[in-house]
Amino acid sequence: MADKRINLENIPKEKFALAGENRRITDTKFETKPVGYFKDAFNRFKKNKSSLVAAIIILLLFLFALIVPFFSNYNVTFRDGYYKMLLPKSKLFSFLGWDGCSWYTVSQAGYDSYSAIGYEYGGSAVRKTSEPMVEEGTGKTYYKIYLDSYEKVGFAYVDLTEDEFIALKDYQNSTGIQVCYPIPENYKMSYQSVANGANLWYKLADTSNTTTGAALRHDENGMPIFENNYIIKDNPTYGRYDSLRIPGDDGGKNGKSWYVYSIKNQTGYRVRVLYSEYYKYKNGFEANHLFGTNQHGQDIFVCLAMGARLSFILAISVSIINFIIGVSYGSVEGYYGGLVDLIMERISDILSSVPFIVVATLFQLHLANRVGAVPSLLFAFVLTGWIGIASRVRTQFYRFKNSEYVLAARTLGARDSRLIFRHVLPNSLGTIITGTVLIIPGVIFSESMLTYLGIVNLETSGLTSIGTMLSNGQAYLSTFPHIIMFPAVFISLLEISFNLFGNGLRDAFNPSLRGAEE
Amino acid sequence: MLKYVIKRILLMILTFIVIMTMCFVLIKMLPLPAVKEQGRDVQLVLQRREAMGYNKPIMTQYYLYWRHILLAGDFGVGEQMYVGQEVTKIMLTKIPYSIVVNLYSILIAIPIGLLLGIYAALKKNKWQDHFISTLVMLFYSVPSYVYAFLVQYILCFKTGWFPLTAASREVAGFFSWTMFRSMVPAVISLAFGTVAGLTRFTRAELSEVLTGDYLLLARTKGLTRNQAITRHAMRNAMVPILPMILGEFIGILGGSLIIENIFSIPGIGNLYVTSITVRDYNFFMADTFFYTLLGLVAGLVVDLSYGFIDPRIKMGQR
Repeated sequence: MADKRINLENIPKEKFALAGENRRITDTKFETKPVGYFKDAFNRFKKNKSSLVAAIIILLLFLFALIVPFFSNYNVTFRDGYYKMLLPKSKLFSFLGWDGCSWYTVSQAGYDSYSAIGYEYGGSAVRKTSEPMVEEGTGKTYYKIYLDSYEKVGFAYVDLTEDEFIALKDYQNSTGIQVCYPIPENYKMSYQSVANGANLWYKLADTSNTTTGAALRHDENGMPIFENNYIIKDNPTYGRYDSLRIPGDDGGKNGKSWYVYSIKNQTGYRVRVLYSEYYKYKNGFEANHLFGTNQHGQDIFVCLAMGARLSFILAISVSIINFIIGVSYGSVEGYYGGLVDLIMERISDILSSVPFIVVATLFQLHLANRVGAVPSLLFAFVLTGWIGIASRVRTQFYRFKNSEYVLAARTLGARDSRLIFRHVLPNSLGTIITGTVLIIPGVIFSESMLTYLGIVNLETSGLTSIGTMLSNGQAYLSTFPHIIMFPAVFISLLEISFNLFGNGLRDAFNPSLRGAEE
Repeated sequence: MLKYVIKRILLMILTFIVIMTMCFVLIKMLPLPAVKEQGRDVQLVLQRREAMGYNKPIMTQYYLYWRHILLAGDFGVGEQMYVGQEVTKIMLTKIPYSIVVNLYSILIAIPIGLLLGIYAALKKNKWQDHFISTLVMLFYSVPSYVYAFLVQYILCFKTGWFPLTAASREVAGFFSWTMFRSMVPAVISLAFGTVAGLTRFTRAELSEVLTGDYLLLARTKGLTRNQAITRHAMRNAMVPILPMILGEFIGILGGSLIIENIFSIPGIGNLYVTSITVRDYNFFMADTFFYTLLGLVAGLVVDLSYGFIDPRIKMGQR
């Protein structure tokens, strides 16, 4: 019995063997990838569909602002005296009704006048016509016509210098495109007194009538008779007249008489041009305004892109500057506390009590002449804009600065700056970033409001902004709503997207705040 | 409590004086508008400026400025607009327009906003809540002038139901039907933003309160859901909502810069914008005085009202 028992106290050394002598003991590697703070936030952000869509819309609007001015034929300073208030027109989507035309109700005289424009050069300003409607009582006839806002400009008188005139003649001869059209007999009358003077090329039944509806001759069925009424001279170089003749268009009755294509005046020549062709000759491209034009003849598409560009640049620079100032100010305030905090808090209190409009106005009055309207606007936004971020940072500092890990770091000898930037600030980074992003829609709104009200005027510096475009369009809200519609839709889309995006960011950085407001 | 209130009021006055001093100095540093631009008797303008002390040193002017305001409520006379008329009088004729428009708008907006917010909070995460929250998000984000344009286009141009501009007080009294009708578009445009803000806020506050433990206790002790909500949740949710509404009521004095401009309401906001665009410094200063004071008082009243509404909140303690 006793032999079988093992003496546990004296086990011989040989009986022992090292367990896993050649095995290296290490921590097992994680199967998953490590997820950092930002990666984590991004993962959460991706799940939020509406914010993701908002982010994509913002990106598209940003690209629109960035790219369009490079590829557009137009710029902000481009103005055209005749192509004003054109309707939006897209060649690609014209079947959707995006064709630069609109319905008008016109009288018989108006109908005649508009259809006569196209008749002369073989085009047509009137695209569709309804059956004539006879008004009861007065017996007047009205038409509903679908009028092309580009074609309805028709002809115009332009004054050219000798050189310009010769260049235009050369252009006509080399391309075979007719730009100049014969000048009608009623030139004097119509140029001076009729709004669309150059379009009255036909014989009128009643020349004393000086409105656009000057009566045209009609046949028994009431159909207009377009009978040309051009000035014809026997000798092309006769007297003070100088004419240009396009080969094959002599207009003469006997081979000796010619249409008069230009009239010499003191400075050069006055010619009657088909405006769409003249525009092509002058600018080198065909008029095509995707979003139409405003009352100054500016292209809304490119103006919108430039206005958006300004808004983006301003808003992004303001938020970056505010971020820097707010974080430094808030950190110092929150970290040191005590008297420093008291004094700094009073300063920011006073600044935040000044109404923003006062700040913006004073900066405009004092600085706009010296540094320009945009920088002074930037200063105005920066002056009070950082306060929100600073107070967020301050609150975060109050929350974290006395926690154990900060105390531990301090015990280990970390300097103030290290404690601020390495230990406390990263904790509040999410809130700060959200706050910084949410500054952007605010700045864009305020900027558009100030320019809308005319408190800040950017047009003198060759710029435009969404607010300026809105105030341009407001006078034409009832007649040409497209002028105001595009900037209004743009800024609404931008504001909605930025707010959604900001909310998504907040939820992503602070999942505990999900769904809460502010 | 009293000590805290006094401290806050004194701080407010200090802030106010600092701001006004900065504005005064900055405005006085600007060159006066040229006499010729005024297009009137040059001698007369110069005499008036002399009489108003424009040629004195800036410190003297500053002293005179405050003395005139404190003793006579006198902000000077119009230089570029309402030339020669007293600024105070003109402003007093403008304020009622702003008050009327804003009063109508918040009287409409507050019940709607509260009801929508409460409804959304009670139906939290159901389709009603999502619907209301989406609408609120839209109205909260879209700039106020955009729906002002929409309202103007639809109600004034397309349907022609309402006149384009506000009626004047000579034609109709401030609380007459004509005046109300002429202000409806502006009132609606203003109300959108207030409704959105209030709905958002109410929903957030109430839904936070609804998760509280004491609500569970209330249900446990036998109250119905409705009883628990009206007697316990609503009263607690109102603690932050009431000060906000109070702030809105003080804010009606200030009008709205942009809505008044769009609907041509001759209110105080419109006057402010005009004074800036035509560079009338006396009007600008008086308006700044008014707006800054309004903002400060509103902030103070809102802060202090927490203590009165909810006795549990001790003022001035951290």
